[in-house]
Amino acid sequence: MSNNNKNYTLMDAKKAEEIVRSNVKKRKRKDIVLKSIGQFAIFVALSFLVFLFASIFAKGIPGFFQHYVTLEVNLDQKRLDPKGDLSADSLYSGDARKLVLEALYKEINPKGRKQKKAAKKILSSNAEIRVAQMVLENPSLLGKTIPITFALDDDIDSFLRGYIKRDTPERDRRINDTVIKFVNVLVEKNLVDYKFSDYILSGSASRSPEIAGVKGALIGSILTLFVCFILSFPIGVATAIYLEGFAPKNRITEIIEININNLAAVPSVVFGILGLAIFIGVFGMPRSIPLVGGMVLGIMTLPTIIISSRAAISAVPPSILDAAYGVGASKLQTMFHHVIPLAIPGMLTGTIIGMARALGETAPLLMIGMVAFIVDIPNSIQEPATVLPVQIFMWADFAERMFVNKTSSATIILLVFLILMNGIAIFLRNKLERRW
Amino acid sequence: MVIMNYSNNMKLETKTIGNIFADNPKITSRNVNVFYHDKQAINNVSLDVGSKEIISLIGPSGCGKSTFLRCFNRMNDTIDGCKVEGNIVLDDQDIYHPSVDVVPLRAKIGMVFQKPNPFPKSIYDNVAYGPKIHGLASTKDELDSIVELSLKNAGLWNEVKDRLQSPGTGLSGGQQQRLCIARAIAVSPEIILMDEPCSALDPIATAKIEELIHQLGKNYSIVIVTHSMQQAARVSQRTAYFHLGELIEVGLTKQIFTTPQDKQTEAYISGRIG
Ligand SMILES: Nc1ncnc2c1ncn2[C@@H]1O[C@H](COP(=O)(O)OP(=O)(O)OP(=O)(O)O)[C@@H](O)[C@H]1O
Ligand SMILES: [Mg+2]
Repeated sequence: MSNNNKNYTLMDAKKAEEIVRSNVKKRKRKDIVLKSIGQFAIFVALSFLVFLFASIFAKGIPGFFQHYVTLEVNLDQKRLDPKGDLSADSLYSGDARKLVLEALYKEINPKGRKQKKAAKKILSSNAEIRVAQMVLENPSLLGKTIPITFALDDDIDSFLRGYIKRDTPERDRRINDTVIKFVNVLVEKNLVDYKFSDYILSGSASRSPEIAGVKGALIGSILTLFVCFILSFPIGVATAIYLEGFAPKNRITEIIEININNLAAVPSVVFGILGLAIFIGVFGMPRSIPLVGGMVLGIMTLPTIIISSRAAISAVPPSILDAAYGVGASKLQTMFHHVIPLAIPGMLTGTIIGMARALGETAPLLMIGMVAFIVDIPNSIQEPATVLPVQIFMWADFAERMFVNKTSSATIILLVFLILMNGIAIFLRNKLERRW
Repeated sequence: MVIMNYSNNMKLETKTIGNIFADNPKITSRNVNVFYHDKQAINNVSLDVGSKEIISLIGPSGCGKSTFLRCFNRMNDTIDGCKVEGNIVLDDQDIYHPSVDVVPLRAKIGMVFQKPNPFPKSIYDNVAYGPKIHGLASTKDELDSIVELSLKNAGLWNEVKDRLQSPGTGLSGGQQQRLCIARAIAVSPEIILMDEPCSALDPIATAKIEELIHQLGKNYSIVIVTHSMQQAARVSQRTAYFHLGELIEVGLTKQIFTTPQDKQTEAYISGRIG
């Protein structure tokens, strides 16, 4: 060693500093390049997100509003309630439609059959039902003449929003000049309002966009997710507890493990086929009901919950297990007194992820017929229903211009539902999380 | 090969130097072998633990002290692939007999671990947990007094009596270890196993625990694994020296540390192995 020292003297400190300096520049440049690539990637991702949200909100927010007209309707007792018993039967068979139209004619004075036919296009088909319902709820209104607000037909709504333009040739327009003239009369008389829609949140599925709403689908989603949760959470957690805490390590448990992991990667539509074949085919359950939908989604969610619950359980420090066994706790006591309380936040995280995925799922539900056009709002898990994403999917398919907005509105509602659901779960998780 | 006379005229084969017997044995272990899968960690070890005796197990790292200690309360059962052979008798009962339930066994033999491991619960709940699951207290008052007495015996009462409901993990390392000792004695065991109970503690906390061990030795049999020869010398009456899974030498602590019979023991004691 000492002999070699003559040949290898250490570099002069000044020179070394110079070399280091010049290298520092190069290194810094590389750092900056890497940093800019990262920033650019984030920028691209963020702009996609911003673009997505901007387009959804730009279309969706107007979808929550619509145009209404207020008319003085004469609620003539004899004509509204022909049987005179104020029953729904009698009121719905009454002459509400004529009374509403008369109120409308009074404002716009149509002349002749042709003009009257045009005038009929102005109001939503729902107008007479609205009158009948109002009277049903409050019979003391009978005989009075009161102002009632009606939704305008979706074509009129489109026109008032400027989606249908006057300067397009008349035969290319969905509404003719006469109708436009009448609408303008109503606007000039200050009878038309643009306000928050009565129907988007409380209405059910309908072919008429002005009265279509998400209530049915929303309740369908809640019922379906409820079934999904009730099925997948207990089974998933119990499976995880068994596999982590009690199962012997042998071939069979190994095979089960591999299968669970594979199941998590199976495309969701396959679960729909499974549901169709087993629940509907073998067990003969009805189609389109939240019970079957929830069961299919529950099976789909199981692997996610099992995998994350197992991870949460195995993350519990072994020293805690030693401590519990050391004082003589049985396996079951160790599990339930020490392991599960520590693992619950992790289990809930997996459940949140699984449920969020289930909430947005369409494909497996299409397979079991939850895509049907269902007007009635479901009251139980055994009544036909549809769910939010399927509703969005159906609305996106409809031709009417106003459904474009409604589709985005429903998407916003789905997002809010998702955020609300996750918020509750995160709140619960933080509450259960021990901070020591 | 040394052949020793068993009390009832049975013969015992052992290579161990010194007297493996205790005058008034609480635990007698005979020809114990422990395997992790195919690897043998304990090789033909026989050793008695006397009642109200403090015995320390010493030896270089990896020689099997912890493994042997964990045989006494069957904590090895919780390790996959661990197999125990031989005969361990506690008060005339073979603890590895198929009919033995580990729950009452572990209630009888408390354990304190190397790293303090209080439950993530309150101080009170930490101590009360054992009595609760074993049904030792029928009323809240009884439980309260068990907790108080255990904490007093563990020398922790004065420090925590005003904050029994605060988390056990919020205590200092030494306090946590004494909490773990309190938790172990709360179920009224007869034997306490300690696996390097002071190795994570500073000298002052260590001194407190040693004093505590000394006190506890009046009422319990204590088996303590330690890396500190001074500690073994200070707290224990007997000392057993392990090497590569074998019990090399056992004897009175004073004698082991002053006049070890075996060369390996001497080398370890004088700091040449380890
Ligand atoms: N869970 C296990 N699986 C496999 N081998 C193990 C396991 N635990 C311990 N061993 C092996 O058994 C032998 C004895 O280990 P043990 O933990 O009893 O040593 P020790 O004397 O307590 O050591 P230390 O003083 O470092 O704590 C070692 O060779 C170790 O590698
Ligand atoms: Mg050890």
